[in-house]
Amino acid sequence: MSKRQALQLYKALIRESKKFPAYNFRHYALRKIRDSFRENRQLTDQDVIRQKMDEGVRNLDVIKRQVVVSQLYSTEKLVIEHVRAQKN
Amino acid sequence: MYRHYLKLRPVLSHNFSSKRSYSKPAFDKTVADTYSIKDEVFIGRPLYMDAQATTPLDPRVLDAMLPYLTSYYGNPHSRTHAYGWESEAAVEKSRKQVASIIGADPKEIIFTSGATESNNIAVKGVARFYGAKKKHIITTQTEHKCVLDSCRAMEAEGFKVTYLPVGTNGIISLEDLDRTITPETSLVSIMTVNNEIGVKQPIAEIGRLCKQKKVFFHTDAAQAVGKIPLDVNSMNIDLMSISGHKIYGPKGVGALYVRRRPRVRVEPVQSGGGQERGIRSGTVPTPLAVGIGEACAISEREMPYDHAWMEKLSKRLIDTIFGALSHVVRNGDPVETYPGCVNLSFAFVEGESLLMALKDVALSSGSACTSASLEPSYVLRAIGTDEDLAHSSIRFGFGRFTTMEEVDYTAKKCIQHVTRLREMSPLWEMIQEGIDLKTIKWSQH
Repeated sequence: MSKRQALQLYKALIRESKKFPAYNFRHYALRKIRDSFRENRQLTDQDVIRQKMDEGVRNLDVIKRQVVVSQLYSTEKLVIEHVRAQKN
Repeated sequence: MYRHYLKLRPVLSHNFSSKRSYSKPAFDKTVADTYSIKDEVFIGRPLYMDAQATTPLDPRVLDAMLPYLTSYYGNPHSRTHAYGWESEAAVEKSRKQVASIIGADPKEIIFTSGATESNNIAVKGVARFYGAKKKHIITTQTEHKCVLDSCRAMEAEGFKVTYLPVGTNGIISLEDLDRTITPETSLVSIMTVNNEIGVKQPIAEIGRLCKQKKVFFHTDAAQAVGKIPLDVNSMNIDLMSISGHKIYGPKGVGALYVRRRPRVRVEPVQSGGGQERGIRSGTVPTPLAVGIGEACAISEREMPYDHAWMEKLSKRLIDTIFGALSHVVRNGDPVETYPGCVNLSFAFVEGESLLMALKDVALSSGSACTSASLEPSYVLRAIGTDEDLAHSSIRFGFGRFTTMEEVDYTAKKCIQHVTRLREMSPLWEMIQEGIDLKTIKWSQH
């Protein structure tokens, strides 16, 4: 399991999570992915790494499917998203 | 064209409730320096800060449920074909996941429609089964309505019920409990985490006491499972109620843990086909059972991560509000508490007016079940909160999906509106002038 593969998975997870139309799900997914990769960075046991990578790949599939579902039933943006848009 | 319609429709259907913009009346320009809440304009959906009422369905939970809402529709109790077997396998996997989070055996888990039903089965079921010899139940004054009402129903059937008082921090006294248990007592029902003030009861100590006195111990853990570590064996819990929608699972499903060794017998409330060991007849809803199972599995895996986030959020809210406002009281014990629930009383502010002003944040003054009434919460009254402070309480409920940005926005808005409402209050003015309100003799009209 190479460092490059882990980085690829990380980037794919972040890219997909950004597609969540719901503010709360999007922010949770980004926070969780970043924290999980940071926490697992110092892993050395190849079996554990492979297990975590498989978990990540499964989660990527879940995110891809749930982004589609979320987009089908999206709501109006939250009040803070509008506030932020006004500031920028 | 069709796609366009699909994309637009859900947004339009929500517009009436979420998009509120008020135009200023023309004469307003002449009195521009007077602030009016009516001029407050906000666009967008309110933030969700009511996690004790319910939580959003985790996308991972929905992902686990969807196959059972679409392709796998078999009745889990059908024994003669593959449709039944695959549903049964899913339900049994979920039973294992629910059992695992509380350290139970899967055989001890009964699926119900929610924590209310679980509480009903536990209180009425145990009381009725052992009712011939033992006719006494002990509970607390701060329990959820469904436990209190089940106890009332048992009183009508001739049982004696003791409603234990709680201290000003919301926690019961073990000496009180010890003194109240008699040889007549069949059941002690005390909730783990309070839904209004977030206080944690000393469950392990209560369990030890009940075991020693040979009394069954039921705990309503709807607000606690998945949020704080629980173990039915080390804590000597005999029955436990669990809710699906408080842990990012679906609404309409819950579970009841019933100890098998030594066996706790309950008389079923609902008659029928004898599913769930005869304790809760009726077809188990496979997708909902899968949902609560997956929700438990995620919560068990991520409990330390989620709990650390709750602590961070609640610390930020409390620090910000207490840093900017005086005369704010936190209801319930500040240490023995679940950090995702912060109940604050803002003196000299009417809670309802504050809730109305904070319309861009979904908050509640207490339990959703009693939020329709203007009566102050019975939980706050039980902990001895003054009537005026009980009227000015607000419950902030965080969840896994709450962001720091949302907490900051809520705190900012809260401070702004409390300050504004206090400036309108004659009582606040007197406090500023150093008058002790308790010394004033109010004339009767």
